[in-house]
Amino acid sequence: MMPIWLALAKVLLAFVVGLGVVVLLVWFERKIVSDLQNRIGPNRAGPFGILQTVADGLKLFFKEQITPSRVERFVFELAPFLAVVPALMLFLVVPIARPIEITLDGAPYLLSFAALDINVGLLFALAMSSIAVYAIVLAGWSSGSKYPLIGGVRGSAQAISYEAAMGLSMVAVVMWVTTLPGVTDMGAMSVNEIVLRQQGTFFPDLLALSWIPQWNLIPQFPAFVIFMIAIFAETNRAPFDLVEAEQEIVAGFNTEYSGMRFAMFFLAEYLNMFTMSALAVSLFLGGWGGPFLDTIDGWAATALSFGYFLFKTGLVLFLFVWVRATLPRFRYDQLMQLGWKRLIPTALLWLILTTLVVSFREFGAPWA
Amino acid sequence: MLDAQAMAQISETSVAVELETSDMTLNIGPQHPSTHGVLRLVAKVDGEVITDVRPILGYMHRGYEKISEVRTYPQVIALINRIDWTSGYANEIPFVVAAERLMGIEVPERAQWIRLILTEMTRISAHLLFMGSFPLELGATTPLMFALRDRERVLDVLESVTGGRFHPNFNRIGGIKPAAGAGKEQKKLTQDLPAGFFTETEAAMDGVIASTDQLEKLLRKNEIFVARTKGIGVLPPEVALSYGVTGPNLRASGVPYDLRNETDYLPYDQVDFEIPVGTEGDSFDRWWVRLAEIRQSANIVKQAIQKVPSGPLQAKVPKIIKVPKGETYVRAEVPKGVMGYYLVSEGGQGPYRVKIRTASFSNLSMLPWILEGVIVPDLLAVMGSLDFVLGDVDR
Repeated sequence: MMPIWLALAKVLLAFVVGLGVVVLLVWFERKIVSDLQNRIGPNRAGPFGILQTVADGLKLFFKEQITPSRVERFVFELAPFLAVVPALMLFLVVPIARPIEITLDGAPYLLSFAALDINVGLLFALAMSSIAVYAIVLAGWSSGSKYPLIGGVRGSAQAISYEAAMGLSMVAVVMWVTTLPGVTDMGAMSVNEIVLRQQGTFFPDLLALSWIPQWNLIPQFPAFVIFMIAIFAETNRAPFDLVEAEQEIVAGFNTEYSGMRFAMFFLAEYLNMFTMSALAVSLFLGGWGGPFLDTIDGWAATALSFGYFLFKTGLVLFLFVWVRATLPRFRYDQLMQLGWKRLIPTALLWLILTTLVVSFREFGAPWA
Repeated sequence: MLDAQAMAQISETSVAVELETSDMTLNIGPQHPSTHGVLRLVAKVDGEVITDVRPILGYMHRGYEKISEVRTYPQVIALINRIDWTSGYANEIPFVVAAERLMGIEVPERAQWIRLILTEMTRISAHLLFMGSFPLELGATTPLMFALRDRERVLDVLESVTGGRFHPNFNRIGGIKPAAGAGKEQKKLTQDLPAGFFTETEAAMDGVIASTDQLEKLLRKNEIFVARTKGIGVLPPEVALSYGVTGPNLRASGVPYDLRNETDYLPYDQVDFEIPVGTEGDSFDRWWVRLAEIRQSANIVKQAIQKVPSGPLQAKVPKIIKVPKGETYVRAEVPKGVMGYYLVSEGGQGPYRVKIRTASFSNLSMLPWILEGVIVPDLLAVMGSLDFVLGDVDR
């Protein structure tokens, strides 16, 4: 049984990592986009402008929070919290580093670095990302204004459509890791477990190919693509940033928000980006895994695995930023078409295919 | 068991109790991030489909036609720079030509060619702005930065000659304003373009052509861009003609109408250029026609550089300009379309009446027609593809 102080410490660690990364992420995005666009980007606050986010955050913190007279006050004030809290909660299930053996109260204890190592981790993640949609819908509705309303309606429709595809691609992954050869117990809904099962290599016996890691990316590549597209839509990022399409509906659902409440929406967007990337890394890219982890042990290995985790997440985040700088925005109906007519059928097809392979692996091929 | 009649009755009632929805009136602008100034649209939307749209103009009315009546001719030139601020230099030309025709002044060749070069460079800079702003309407931010970078090079060259980037105020009646050195003797000797202007311009044009290639690569085959523009906001040629649409918008609909070929306000007949024409008349064609026009204009400038003769920059004009009694109408092809000045003179130092025909006003007049039935995300995409400037609409 985990002592309460350890649980709190883990949660605290997750929050510190999550919020710290977000501060860096905003700067990272602005820097990368400006590089892609022949600009310089933030370069005033701190070295390379790295403190720009802090400055912006401070500014928003001290700004007046304007509450228009036509808002539905309670919901209007609740919505920013509904955005931030699920985004933070989602991150709890993601293991950020390799587990380590420590001695706790005189007994050996395997310390895992997922603050919430539960056996329904993926369901929890899906639930949290669904709750985050309420923030957009409620913010749009309670603002008592037309552009936010349109943004809110768009947000709900978009999230529902893409959640389905995201869930289906997750199911394929779960089925795959549950029936890996040599695995006897089930219970691969835990993100921690999924990451653990991706360590090792595909061909440990073939020397020339033994470097290929056993990541779900390779056998589950279509699921990875679907998942990536879905998380772009889930986090309302370009090219799916219809809920806050500036050119069409001003700022979408957060048009009427200002000051710290706006900052919370902003924070939630980047937190969601980070947590979804972390989830993608955990599901498909081997989580914290990487080379040389077995040659060193103890805290050094844990630190190195944390480094791998951050590096891989950074790569996925770079993809987010790159896409944002490259692509125009989808139109609302085109977005729906992509979701329902392409992604979900593809995800279903891939699920059927995975089911076949998995059942052959489990029960033998029918012709054998 | 239900018989056919009962079934029909049931289906009829179900139609009757269908959920009643009401249209929402969406007031877009005058303070909206992407109405290019202060256009106000009152749109009735059914869900996100626009059923009716009413543009409301006048938020930027500055009364230039009236002010012109109480200003002298050189002062009016400074005013009309600001009608369409994206193409200030090109606006000056038809007005100056109108005054010169009434006065019967023959403008020196060199001045005419330099006017042509600067007009085409203005066209390039205005179209490059469109190349950035239109994808921005669709949510792509990078083309804006690329386009502005190369527009900057063009503006730098313009600035080196005229001293102004947006409002050059460079034309004088009878020629162009020479860049003068200090002192009376010096002034006579150095009344010309800055040194190295032609080489700099040529380099800038090469840069512009390279930039159009880059912009084309970025967007032309981009699936989202094509999906957002192909077949969206289709403007058939007969509708375009009936609304008096001109410029790239008309040419995108397939009508090869370009005043540079039709009238002789500048020596366009001595340079080779093509008139790019679209086939579908949709947003994509309007984008593509402007892209092709940038290349054509860059080519025109390159040819014109070779043809600039030496000679004076100004014809002999009196110190105080008085235009003899008479009236004339001069049209020119400015970046947005056809701009015309109907100039009435009673013989004074300033015009008696100036009626300004601007391209954006006519191009915008068919907004209710083209926007009916499009959905809200396309509303601003279509508007962006029409490329109007509110200063040009209201003047």
